[in-house]
Amino acid sequence: MSWIENRFEEGLIVTSLDWAINWGRSSSIWPMTFGLACCAIEMMAVGASRFDIDRFGAGAFRATPRQSDLMIVAGTVTYKMASRLKRLYNQMPDPKYVMAMGACTVGGGPYFKHGYHVVKGVDLVVPVDIYIPGCPPRPEALLEGLMRLQDKIRHQTRAKSLVTKAKEVALA
Amino acid sequence: MAPEEIGKLLVSEFGDDVVKMVVEGCHPYAEIAPQRWPDVATFLRDDSRLRMNLLRSISGLDLLADDKLACVYDLMTVCLDTPTVLIRETSEFAVRVTVDRNDPVMPTVSHVWPAADWHEREAYDMFGIVFTDHPDLRRILCPDDWEGYPLRKDYDFPLEYHGIPATTEFELTNPRH
Repeated sequence: MSWIENRFEEGLIVTSLDWAINWGRSSSIWPMTFGLACCAIEMMAVGASRFDIDRFGAGAFRATPRQSDLMIVAGTVTYKMASRLKRLYNQMPDPKYVMAMGACTVGGGPYFKHGYHVVKGVDLVVPVDIYIPGCPPRPEALLEGLMRLQDKIRHQTRAKSLVTKAKEVALA
Repeated sequence: MAPEEIGKLLVSEFGDDVVKMVVEGCHPYAEIAPQRWPDVATFLRDDSRLRMNLLRSISGLDLLADDKLACVYDLMTVCLDTPTVLIRETSEFAVRVTVDRNDPVMPTVSHVWPAADWHEREAYDMFGIVFTDHPDLRRILCPDDWEGYPLRKDYDFPLEYHGIPATTEFELTNPRH
């Protein structure tokens, strides 16, 4: 959360600023290169010319978490990997978003019952913004997920939140 | 070399240390007493009639009903000493080594076939079979602090690992963010 957030009432200046910042953020979501299993193959297809995630400004796959905005968890997360995943998430700068791609990351998938080593959903390790079901999801599904994430970013605001307002009323 | 001949050769060379011999079927194998297994392995590799120079895989077995653990070593001959013909003759054979489930210790053969190094680590990781004189016997797939041996038939799934709930009950895996 930056210094400007949660301080001013909604108004012409704040909403215009919101529009500009959200436009910038949603149009240049840089994902992290983080393929763990077969879903990564679909993620690569999305990055290539046929599906072309670059149309949405999200084609700059970064090899370091410090330069990326979005972690697409593409594949089975094991308990051994979970600590590394958490560390990578913590290394990403704000604002950061997480996409759970595929059945394994959504809820354990085929390993839900008989996988002794698989995390039953990556949301047990890091907070997830977008869930993309499928085993693995089609590239179109990943693009749909990206568009939903863009919608989510476009609805963010830097104005004072209702919670803050309520607190101020209670204190006054 | 046919499996029957390999079997005869092993019995004539090692006698009673060959516990069992199965030469029929699609997977012929000999069961070897654990304490003689490195000698048998060296013989299988170095004997000019056998030249079993490729260890293809090591499979772990949990024989819960017999209270035993076993390793199956799949061996193969690939002759590379003739310059014109790369593979002159191939023959296949398997060796099974059975140990007690409560004391699963068998000697390593990683000095005979270097490929056995990581395979034996995997058998240790998944079944808890301890290989004496192994150069680096650590877990290879599971984390170092993992408890239990996952492919044993009486393995209990962990209910928690480093704060991450690990159960098949949905109420407990429900996200809490």
